[in-house]
Amino acid sequence: MSYHPSVIGLDGLAALIEALSGDGFRVLGPTVRDDAIVYDDIAGVDDLPAGWTDEQDGGRYRLKRRDDKALFGYAVGPHAWKRFLHPPLLRLWRAEPDAAGMTLTAAAEPDERFAFFGVRSCELHAIAIQDKVFLQGPYVDPHYKARREGVFLVAVNCGTAGGTCFCASMNTGPKATAGFDLALTEFPGEFLVEPGSDAGAALLARLPQRAATAADIERARAVSERTAASMGRHMQADGVHDLLLDNLEHKRWDDVAARCLSCGNCTQVCPTCFCTAVSDVNDLSGATERTRRWDSCFSVDFSYIHGGSVRPSPRSRYRQWMTHKLASWEDQFGTSGCVGCGRCITWCPVGIDITEEVRAIRGE
Amino acid sequence: MAKPPRKPKLAVWKFASCDGCQLSLLDCEDELLAVAGAVEIAYFPEATRAVLKGPYDVSLVEGSVTTQHDAERLLEVRRQSRRVITIGACATAGGIQALRNFKDVVGFTSVVYAHPEFIETLATSTPISAHVEVDYELRGCPIDKHQLLEVLTAFLNGRRPNIPAHSVCVDCKARGTVCVLVRGAAACLGPVTHAGCGAICPAYNRGCYGCFGPKETPNPVSLAPRLVDAGMDKTALHRVYRTFNPVADAFKKESERHGA
Ligand code: SF4
Ligand code: SF4
Ligand code: SF4
Ligand code: SF4
Repeated sequence: MSYHPSVIGLDGLAALIEALSGDGFRVLGPTVRDDAIVYDDIAGVDDLPAGWTDEQDGGRYRLKRRDDKALFGYAVGPHAWKRFLHPPLLRLWRAEPDAAGMTLTAAAEPDERFAFFGVRSCELHAIAIQDKVFLQGPYVDPHYKARREGVFLVAVNCGTAGGTCFCASMNTGPKATAGFDLALTEFPGEFLVEPGSDAGAALLARLPQRAATAADIERARAVSERTAASMGRHMQADGVHDLLLDNLEHKRWDDVAARCLSCGNCTQVCPTCFCTAVSDVNDLSGATERTRRWDSCFSVDFSYIHGGSVRPSPRSRYRQWMTHKLASWEDQFGTSGCVGCGRCITWCPVGIDITEEVRAIRGE
Repeated sequence: MAKPPRKPKLAVWKFASCDGCQLSLLDCEDELLAVAGAVEIAYFPEATRAVLKGPYDVSLVEGSVTTQHDAERLLEVRRQSRRVITIGACATAGGIQALRNFKDVVGFTSVVYAHPEFIETLATSTPISAHVEVDYELRGCPIDKHQLLEVLTAFLNGRRPNIPAHSVCVDCKARGTVCVLVRGAAACLGPVTHAGCGAICPAYNRGCYGCFGPKETPNPVSLAPRLVDAGMDKTALHRVYRTFNPVADAFKKESERHGA
């Protein structure tokens, strides 16, 4: 069904956050901490980064003042929503010895429901990719499922592209097209709100609002158009699958290997990277615990099998990462593994830039 | 009736060091009883005067070798121990006292001691592995007590310790810290440093200074220009890699690139 957009003011936005908390959601959204815009609990509009923006480049992030009071005038920061849906560390179960032998207790899944506030289009695509990985294959990940079900998604159509953004190249933004309950476009002091689901439409109906005019809709279209035209990065994505797989011995891999620290930051910040390491560890009481933590294909132990590591060199690890993101992911899951959010570029300590690596392999 | 199985004997040895690492064992307040229940503490002068004769099942060795006497004592420790686990930066990479390796030790003793003629010392401070075979090396200055418990438990159970060799960055990101290097708050050695501390320093707005020594396949040469951008000069780079782990290969080489 099609929904009708409305326009809300700051009071409407406050009412939206209040309604979500009132409905029992744990509301998470952008807020300023440690000189960056991170995702954390928000209690109201005052927690949002009013008047802040970010400057991003390879290996560089700076929080800056804007000359207006915009609430969403920045791009994505160091955190991805995956830290809530696919947490960095999970205890899976614990086995305790007892008279009967042993008792196994599975870790309880949290019973809270999340509302994500201020989700960008690239991030909606990243969530859709992780949904495919964790929920739509032959094996469903129960931990992801428990967290993902019932999430309420409030998207924001970006009004400012970051210095490392290239969603326009990946067809993943900057305007949210699907996968949200409500989508906001920020105008000075007002927001166009478009429902994307029945739950979104029902919530919108509870907020102070006015009907959107044709002029409002045109204004929102112009915001997205302007943002698309000001992407900090560009990647020619068509044909990149074959380009990479046909160039597995390209000399550029040596070049990037000399720069790469194999520190793993790119994989930890990437909103689609999903790899984990599972370990069983016993303690001196005789109890055993199984945990799962984020792992990275940049670590030598990641590919350890009996007798040694499959990818001992950083060259092979970088190549594994990039070819998976841009090529073999497509064969595996039917989409690119990259949504163009630019985090791997910004948060790489030495600013290695996936778009530049593609250009170099293209011979540009 | 069968006798209860003999508890493994644990010994804790000290060489040239500050005692901080072995104190981590006493710092395991909550778990200390479990440790005492699982092993027989046969030799641990820092904790008890009781001394049981060897051989020992597991020996924890703290400190580096700086005297001829210690070099000989270490051979005896190895002879008496089924497993030798070194704990801390001194035992695994020479410690801060290995700064003498790059200078003339007589120069130091003459400045530090009123009567340097009484000082009998080697020209170098060397890790335990330079003298005897080591079964496991636990990093850190000081070590992390949870890692110590993990290594002990692993050895007592005959399994591999679950101690990742990846960068501090991996743990830093898991913790949700905003990178201090990328946001321009500090120079940080996390990308070349072995994890284990839980990425403490960046969580307190400071850069990692490498106290756990090099990670697997470290690349300090590529990181150097970024550390310079973040405010480190040549002297600082020379020194930061020559602090707690001065003889760890990758750190030693990188330090030498920035000074003698
Ligand atoms: S590969 Fe980089 S740009 Fe692409 S989705 Fe991951 S972090 Fe974002
Ligand atoms: S590409 Fe950058 S962030 Fe990724 S492992 Fe290499 S140095 Fe680290
Ligand atoms: S703060 Fe340091 S340890 Fe943490 S991610 Fe950045 S470079 Fe790595
Ligand atoms: S962050 Fe680095 S310097 Fe700080 S405790 Fe950890 S390893 Fe040591």
